[in-house]
Amino acid sequence: MQLFSITKILLKTLGRGPSTLRYPSEPAKRYENSRGQVEINIDDCIFCGLCRMHCPADAITVDKSSATWSIDRFRCISCNSCVETCPKSCLKLNNVYHEPVISGPLVESFKGTPKAQAEKSEE
Amino acid sequence: MSSRRIVVPFGPQHPVLPEPIHLDLVLEDEHVVEAIPSIGYVHRGLERLVEKRDYKDFVYIAERICGICSFIHSVAYCQGIENIMNLEVPRRADYLRTIWSEYSRLHSHLLWLGLFADAMGFENLFMNSWRLREKVLDAMEETTGGRVIQGVCKVGGVRKDISNSKLSEMVKDLDILSSEMEDLCNVFFDDDTVRHRTKGVGFLSKDDAYKLGAVGPTARGCGISYDVRKTGYAAYNDLDIAPVVETGGDCYSRCNVRAKELLQSVDIIRQAVANIPDGDVDVKVKGNPNGEYFSRVEQPRGECIHYIKANGKKNIQRDRVRTPTSANIPALVKMLAGCEMADVPVIVLTIDPCIGCAER
Repeated sequence: MQLFSITKILLKTLGRGPSTLRYPSEPAKRYENSRGQVEINIDDCIFCGLCRMHCPADAITVDKSSATWSIDRFRCISCNSCVETCPKSCLKLNNVYHEPVISGPLVESFKGTPKAQAEKSEE
Repeated sequence: MSSRRIVVPFGPQHPVLPEPIHLDLVLEDEHVVEAIPSIGYVHRGLERLVEKRDYKDFVYIAERICGICSFIHSVAYCQGIENIMNLEVPRRADYLRTIWSEYSRLHSHLLWLGLFADAMGFENLFMNSWRLREKVLDAMEETTGGRVIQGVCKVGGVRKDISNSKLSEMVKDLDILSSEMEDLCNVFFDDDTVRHRTKGVGFLSKDDAYKLGAVGPTARGCGISYDVRKTGYAAYNDLDIAPVVETGGDCYSRCNVRAKELLQSVDIIRQAVANIPDGDVDVKVKGNPNGEYFSRVEQPRGECIHYIKANGKKNIQRDRVRTPTSANIPALVKMLAGCEMADVPVIVLTIDPCIGCAER
């Protein structure tokens, strides 16, 4: 039984400085594997819709007729499911979290280029 | 002089409660005569989603049943599907599941010890517990990509591998961390403040714990030597594990069980890293499951059950989950009867309630 048993920890941690960060002025540490937000290389996308089918949060919308790929950043749970199912490997998950949304749309849309459409029709 | 009975509502929002549990406390002066629990504030209908989602995609939803034991929920679900489909998971995947499960246990217990210290008003101990927890979370983020929701378990294995050199580094970091944990645990074992608030408080006898179906540290704190890891799922049958058992039956014993399990988890990770085989980490899964399986795992809070029934379609028929908190609520009601009003937060916290888990 001790009265000041935490003193050992206090003395050990006394000279260490704070364990916390001055976020956001001091950026938080991100690892190579950290799951941030989904990025798309729209030029390679064939709008097959597999990413939409396998998205557990229904965050992705694919419109084949207008060659548009959209993602709702608020719905996305950064699970990496779409990246794994993409047959063209045009999706990837970076290690940066999405910036706080202050204004503007939460849904980000990407329009396919005519070149990708032309290549697709040739196939 | 006869005393008057009054009913005090406790929760679902309360400064010392991390979870939205609601208790109607029937008081006689300052003594609790009876506690009537009611849950249903955060129900999300996750079990029902299994009928609408592909069985492979449901892993993500199963993982979100609980924010703390998320990885172990996905292990329970995946091993259920794998057993229905007779899939042989690579041994390396089993070891990785074991390592990440134990990291989950470390982070859950450190979080709980901090919350427990906070409920007692011991702020310094709370901050030191959470400081150590951050290091565990960093290790998880580095290896899996997620701090709390790991998202690495899948039907047929795991999504990511950890290189052997990285595993050795992790063990070296754990050696430093475990010495700090020992100092922290000694405070929980020896400190006067902790002892005065927990010794003899919230007593539950071994018979009552058995009859009321208590699981996890709540049961082990009453002297019941019951740990689902001993059944040998994942890679636990290759490792040397002995359940941590205390016989006191009070809050102090349950706290001690969790503190000792921290050191046990570090030991299990060391053993797993020493014995991990090389090879693949997943197998290809074809077809749909057809059959049923009763999958049991040991979460930080206790035994968790996923009963899975599939009918050969891509959407399985039923995934009934029984979480450790559901099993521990009858024991909690028994503990609360006869205690002091001021001890209620401490007693409620000793079962480590997770209402998000219990309501799914």
